[in-house]
Amino acid sequence: MTDQKKVLEIIEKIIRKIEEEKEYLTELDQPIGDSDHGINMARGFQEVEKKMPSLEGKDIGSVLKTVGMTLMSKVGGASGPLYGSAFMKAGMAMAGKTEMDIHDFLTCLDTAIAAVQKLGKAEVGEATMIDAMVPADEAMKKALESGADAKAVLEAGTKASWAGAEHTKELVATKGRASYVGERGIGHQDPGATSFSFILEVISEAV
Amino acid sequence: MVGIVIVSHSENLAKSVVELTTMMADGIPIAAAGGLEDGSFGTSYDRIRDAIDEVYSDDGVIILMDMGSAVMTTQSVIEMEEEGRKVQMVDCPLVEGAVTASVDSHLGDSMEEIIEDLKTVATTPKM
Repeated sequence: MTDQKKVLEIIEKIIRKIEEEKEYLTELDQPIGDSDHGINMARGFQEVEKKMPSLEGKDIGSVLKTVGMTLMSKVGGASGPLYGSAFMKAGMAMAGKTEMDIHDFLTCLDTAIAAVQKLGKAEVGEATMIDAMVPADEAMKKALESGADAKAVLEAGTKASWAGAEHTKELVATKGRASYVGERGIGHQDPGATSFSFILEVISEAV
Repeated sequence: MVGIVIVSHSENLAKSVVELTTMMADGIPIAAAGGLEDGSFGTSYDRIRDAIDEVYSDDGVIILMDMGSAVMTTQSVIEMEEEGRKVQMVDCPLVEGAVTASVDSHLGDSMEEIIEDLKTVATTPKM
């Protein structure tokens, strides 16, 4: 489905998308958080951009690990360790690989979800990025079982991810900064669930 | 002496907590890891890692954090620590915990003793 070169292309597209949506993501974070999600994500991905030349020709595992390490050390908010460990653990799962298919992608996503849950201790229904990641993962597995091709699987995942992000408006956050706002956070969409949906959407469009 | 690292989203807050501890325990290995490299709010992986290295000895290092990403970033730094190093984060109120830990360290308590002591900080009433 995707070789090393394509993975780098997709990362470039993610960098651009996060930059484009920087203000929107920060706006979402304003009423329920500390108004920095977009700024932090953009800062982290700008640092990833600087690393891109050094990633030419590297295996997919090394590429994802470098992206993870960079996000972890440069984002500056909770999304740093969360996305950082997600990419790093996905990178470990793809060690040495120069191509990946949809099954590999789902392995990456499963690993990423486990990493995010380990660090953030969040379950489904607590208005976090997990509320986008888990439905996306489930929808993709279901699509794959029904015989859909990679593109269709990713599209099903993206749709479920956005639905999950939308659903966070109805949830009361018990994790992260939004937990301080409590019930007053109802009606607001979680920024992390939103940024994850953007990333998956970019991947889905690019494959 | 056990080293202490204070992690906060705010550079000033972390520095001030460190400053406050010198009232009762001057001269212990304690370092602030607050804010991002440019001084803005946030938690910096690199600053936390550097602060640990600055105060590290075989007696170990205890890390106290404010909230959210300060906790997660610290956890990530600890996960990447080389094996065998004694570095531990403790969940307790930041200011009171910092004073307790620094006084204990100054008196020569071990890392384990200080961690035990810090467990009572959250439940000790002020009034």
